[in-house]
Amino acid sequence: MKKIIVFSSLMLAVLAVLAVGTGFADEAAAVAAVVPPNKGDTAWMIVATLLVTLMTIPGLALFYGGLVRSKNMLSVLMQVFTVFSLCMVLWVIYGYSLAFTEGNGFIGGFSKILLKGITVDSVAATFSKGVNIPELIYAFFQATFAAITPALILGAFAERMKFSAVLAFIVLWFTFAYLPIAHMVWYWAGPDAYTSAAAGIKAGETAGFLFQKGAIDFAGGTVVHINAAIAGLIGAFMVGKRVGFGKESMAPHSLTMTMIGACLLWVGWFGFNAGSNLEATGAAALAFGNTMTATAAAALAWTFTEWMIKGKPSMLGGASGAVAGLVAITPACGYVGIGGALIIGLLAGVICLWGVNGLKRLLGADDALDVFGVHGVGGMLGAVLTGVFADPALGGVGVYDYVTNKVAEYSMSTQVISQLWAIGTTIVWSGIVSIVAYKLVDMTIGLRVTEEEEREGLDTVSHGESAYHN
Amino acid sequence: MKFVSAIIKPFKLNEVRESLTALGVQGVTVTEVKGFGRQKGHTEMYRGAEYVIEFLPKLKVEVAIDDSQLDQVVEGIKKAANTGKIGDGKIFVFDLEQVMRIRTGESGPEAL
Repeated sequence: MKKIIVFSSLMLAVLAVLAVGTGFADEAAAVAAVVPPNKGDTAWMIVATLLVTLMTIPGLALFYGGLVRSKNMLSVLMQVFTVFSLCMVLWVIYGYSLAFTEGNGFIGGFSKILLKGITVDSVAATFSKGVNIPELIYAFFQATFAAITPALILGAFAERMKFSAVLAFIVLWFTFAYLPIAHMVWYWAGPDAYTSAAAGIKAGETAGFLFQKGAIDFAGGTVVHINAAIAGLIGAFMVGKRVGFGKESMAPHSLTMTMIGACLLWVGWFGFNAGSNLEATGAAALAFGNTMTATAAAALAWTFTEWMIKGKPSMLGGASGAVAGLVAITPACGYVGIGGALIIGLLAGVICLWGVNGLKRLLGADDALDVFGVHGVGGMLGAVLTGVFADPALGGVGVYDYVTNKVAEYSMSTQVISQLWAIGTTIVWSGIVSIVAYKLVDMTIGLRVTEEEEREGLDTVSHGESAYHN
Repeated sequence: MKFVSAIIKPFKLNEVRESLTALGVQGVTVTEVKGFGRQKGHTEMYRGAEYVIEFLPKLKVEVAIDDSQLDQVVEGIKKAANTGKIGDGKIFVFDLEQVMRIRTGESGPEAL
């Protein structure tokens, strides 16, 4: 208990210093708006931000909650709920600044700490020249991504980790893995900086490391899914298996909840994917259509493959297939055509089914809710296939060149290599940060509850309440 | 007096109750139970994990009756709960020493 108090008071002290040093939204730094935002785009981004919020609370919370035993239901709901809130606050304090201001290729700077200088008139760039959206909604749209990603990890070490250890790990991972990867993949100067070839090169040099490598990730296949899945897999190894794993029944306590959660994820994901277009345009509609197509295809692919191999099509299989499809189409949704989305979905359903069966046995870790099997495998598959199906020759929209103002010549092999760079960098970066973060938390707070507490269930032990009374 | 305890398939409860009421049985106690017999359990699959469910859900129906009703009651339950498939259950019969109705203090066959 003492260690937790020391840890949290340290965090509070840091926050206090930051708060005193900077002050919220400095009115002095009001920036003259270049192009005022369009009301339609602004309205869409507000809605999209709400949809991504819905994905996490209660979508992901219920999806995960239904999959654990009833004695751990509240612990999962509470972990998702608290991690969402925690990352939201960290994002406002320093997350947005470190991810989305100019710095070096790996991390941004402190210029927008506590959202300093962002006013109602501040604008953020979109993917069209001369089109802006309010920076405040951009910052909070991105905030929901920064909050759901750490929450995805929770499924891997569900049912056995101390609540305090979960929070401490998340603070470290959010700061040293999520923020840098988001910066590396997504930070750039915006299209308006690409006025000429020379200006384009100069602007390109200020962008994130993986952006410069040419990796494309429309809505977060690497930043969100691979990133979280690696942290989850390492967590499953370092926290260790649940007591009784492989011997006792750990059957999900409510697949009804899981189905509701999966559907909320599906609906909310339209905010995630179509919202990542940042404008309410035909390109957003394409991302929407691709998301719908791939998800439905993946749900069917998982269902029918399971039916053939195991004899019965399960509800959990259908729901898992839908999530696998959502994950796989995420990086691709703004770049591929509907045909590409269909193939990506079908492959995701089959390959992620292998991810939670054959691959899971091969890895031997107790990734309790299959974070790696679904988000890791689906994320990597999607990232590679984005490079394949973005090809205009395969019905994709290609990659836009803001210097020549048209779609650039497309080389599938070059793009796939860029995608592999993004996957590899994310695996190594998230992997190393995760190992260090789990180790630090293990040495200070300790990762696991005792065996007796684990048998009793985290609801009563960690939270002093029970989900169900009968 | 006799005490009859029958383990039946849960979906057969209504038919068993109807048959017992038709025979003039005044009260029935039903409990949700789990167990196994020759039917054994079954396997459930959740993604990659398979779990053998060893204990199956059944209902235990208990009635206290007069000696004269025994044959009819056993026969009635047997007919009503029968599906002809494995796992239909069993009927146990015990001698019943004493019965008392709490409200009136009556005892013996009058209390049934």
